[in-house]
Amino acid sequence: MKEISILIGGKAGDGIRQAGQTLSRLLNRNGYRIFFYDDYPSLIRGGHNFSIIRASKKKILAHKEKVDLIVALNQDAIEKHKHRLNSGGVILYDSKKVEAQGVGVDFMGLVKELEGAPIMRNTAAMGALAKVLNIEWPVLEKVMMDTIEKEVDLNIKIAQLAYNQVEKAWFSVPNLNQKMLPLVSGNEAIALGAVQAGLNMYIAYPMTPASAILHYLAEHEDDLGVVTIHPESEIGVALMALGAAYAGAKTMVGTSGGGFALMTEALSLSGQGEFPIVFVMVQRPGPSTGVPTYTMQGDLSFVINSGHGEFAKVVLAPGDAEEAFYLTGLAMNLAWKFQIPCFVLSDKHLSESIFSFDADPDKVKSEDPLLWDGQGEYKRYLDTQNGISPLAFPGNPAAMVKATSYEHDEYGITTEESDQIVRMQQKRLRKKKTMEDELSLHDQVKVYGDPESKTVLLCWGSTKGSCIEVAEELGLKVVQPLVLEPLPIKPLREVLSDADKIIDVEVNATGQLAKLLSAHGICIDDMILRFDGRPFTVDLLLEKVKEVLS
Amino acid sequence: MTTVKELETYAQNTWCPGCGNFGILNSIKKVLADLTEEGLDLNKLVLASGIGCHAKIVDYIKVNSFYSIHGRVPPPITGIKLANPDLVVIGHAGDGDAYGEGIEHLIFSAKRNIDVTFIVHNNRVYGLTTGQFTPTSPAGFKGRSTPGGSPEEPLNPIELMLSSGATFVARGFSGKPKHLQFLMKAAVKHQGFAFIDVLQPCFTFFNTYDFYNKRVYELTDKAHDSSDREAAFTRAREWSYGEGERIPIGIFYQARRPTYDEKLLAGRIPVNLKPGNIKSILEKHI
Repeated sequence: MKEISILIGGKAGDGIRQAGQTLSRLLNRNGYRIFFYDDYPSLIRGGHNFSIIRASKKKILAHKEKVDLIVALNQDAIEKHKHRLNSGGVILYDSKKVEAQGVGVDFMGLVKELEGAPIMRNTAAMGALAKVLNIEWPVLEKVMMDTIEKEVDLNIKIAQLAYNQVEKAWFSVPNLNQKMLPLVSGNEAIALGAVQAGLNMYIAYPMTPASAILHYLAEHEDDLGVVTIHPESEIGVALMALGAAYAGAKTMVGTSGGGFALMTEALSLSGQGEFPIVFVMVQRPGPSTGVPTYTMQGDLSFVINSGHGEFAKVVLAPGDAEEAFYLTGLAMNLAWKFQIPCFVLSDKHLSESIFSFDADPDKVKSEDPLLWDGQGEYKRYLDTQNGISPLAFPGNPAAMVKATSYEHDEYGITTEESDQIVRMQQKRLRKKKTMEDELSLHDQVKVYGDPESKTVLLCWGSTKGSCIEVAEELGLKVVQPLVLEPLPIKPLREVLSDADKIIDVEVNATGQLAKLLSAHGICIDDMILRFDGRPFTVDLLLEKVKEVLS
Repeated sequence: MTTVKELETYAQNTWCPGCGNFGILNSIKKVLADLTEEGLDLNKLVLASGIGCHAKIVDYIKVNSFYSIHGRVPPPITGIKLANPDLVVIGHAGDGDAYGEGIEHLIFSAKRNIDVTFIVHNNRVYGLTTGQFTPTSPAGFKGRSTPGGSPEEPLNPIELMLSSGATFVARGFSGKPKHLQFLMKAAVKHQGFAFIDVLQPCFTFFNTYDFYNKRVYELTDKAHDSSDREAAFTRAREWSYGEGERIPIGIFYQARRPTYDEKLLAGRIPVNLKPGNIKSILEKHI
């Protein structure tokens, strides 16, 4: 098959995400490109979790509503998802727990037979699934050996028993002889991009859907050369990060909307004190607690306008794991080059989905900031032509480094004199012009689909994947700004100038990108918005776009 | 070595005449100058402050400094110390700062035992915002936000720091500079979170000179065993920041326990860390 989509469903605690990841690896090792979507409510036990794994010969960045195979560990997985099954689709189910038609296997019975733990039911399901997919047993065995940390032998025995219980294969996913790619989530790509750009410290308070960045970096601290810290609150996080940056450590923080709300005080301090810092803002539905484990692009306006006072910041919005990697690296380098706060604006859908990752690590490098040359007397806030004052750090035997939240003179001593206030504000804002020149050397706006088409799907962030596939199907053009602040208005105008119809596609209730562009005189003709916490799937978006075009 | 004179900056001092902050400023400068004689490298020293009258202190001393925002002195000094543990870090904060807006950070600094010094300029009134009650103002304090008198009981920061796990807990009085210098020096030398609550009159909004002069007495080694935490609690309760006859000043408690930076960093110095090889990590993702 060129492409297959599989849904695995059960209750929280059944190990659904883990099973999905094992399946993704299986298909990856047969040369398929993977997109993995994980849907789970905010609880630890019970509820209904499901993962959709889509595997294709070509690169994909989104999943579909419809699936070819449902693996049901509970009845909910049937009741909630049977409408998704394509004709010719099959249900693989736990025959003692679930009533369904298809391939029934007594997963729990097999686990009990070998005296395994109840969680190993997902292992039994994996074994049976591998057979249904006609995947050779050694491929699964190898994946299990590579990924399972506890009781590998027992798990393998359970999987093998289940594998042999299934009488025949229903699908065929032969080895495509394509290069196997690493499977990387958006959050992992963000972490790796930061490391590649020289990250020294990652500081964060746990908050879904950003927590996995903290977990990943903490787990790999020694291998990655990073120190991770989990402080008392997001206020503590952001201020601690500014202290670390002042001392010379490349530092990143990560959170979601509610946590970022608490960090905005420190954000303004980074503006005034010119502390380099990277904020990773992983959006989820709000306002307030909202829907913690689902997705939304609802904080664009908040982030680009965040922080009291006027100061330069950069907001980058990756749309897949590769962009998350490159743009986080860019954010770190820009933060230090211009001594400003830089944002990586992600969302649950990008951060927690898993992608086949084909980025070139060598394209991200740790770039040196402008360091003081040691000549003369050090002035932390030296007024320069391009607004950038050379950096020195405490401990430097020749420099006294005074950083401050107050308006200040070049040495960093408080001032309330009108000419000084104007001079320093102009100095800081001058960096913005320098930064815009630098950004113009990078890809700020991407175009996909048919570049000649006069109908444009306008999107940002994780909505990219579905838009590209829909555009390819219907012969449309996709425009995706990667930089949202400062808005790259010139390149946007260039790619939108000959459009007859611009359809804005966003996962929020008010069309925040559309509003932003309207403020610059770019008119949006239609909006397709989804704001139920779920991302656009390819097939759903296709229907919506067809409706708008008809 | 550096002299007190050499530590001066060109910034104009804007504290009120008679302000208790002068006692603290002169003391810390004297201590820093003395410590350079004992080998302290001032280039490795970072002074931090929050927002309020106290915070201007960083403008008045010619050393590295981080002029933070209200309540937020502990997080940046923790970040500075963790990023480069070779630095010697001293935070100054006001009572509104440390015990009001930023109390969570203070408690966590003590709990973690981060190796920094933290000096609270406790005048028990908001000075720069012109006279409101703070967490350590006495009950009934008539400030501009509480013209009928504060309805709250004051917090006892000495007790709070003892229960939070601070390994150096002291109280000083800006009117006794020699004693204060002794405390400051001991605090900077202490390995771990060293906390000093400095009683400081606000000449304009809450003049407590006479009140303190009549009541403070110095804790001596003879009368108080500073390694005894229970004895420290008893001494701390002798005065609860309201009325009272006797106010002990001195080191209430001192102990050595592994610091946060020692435990978290285990010898690593983040500013010197080199990024690892992500290619070998990525291979594990296949």
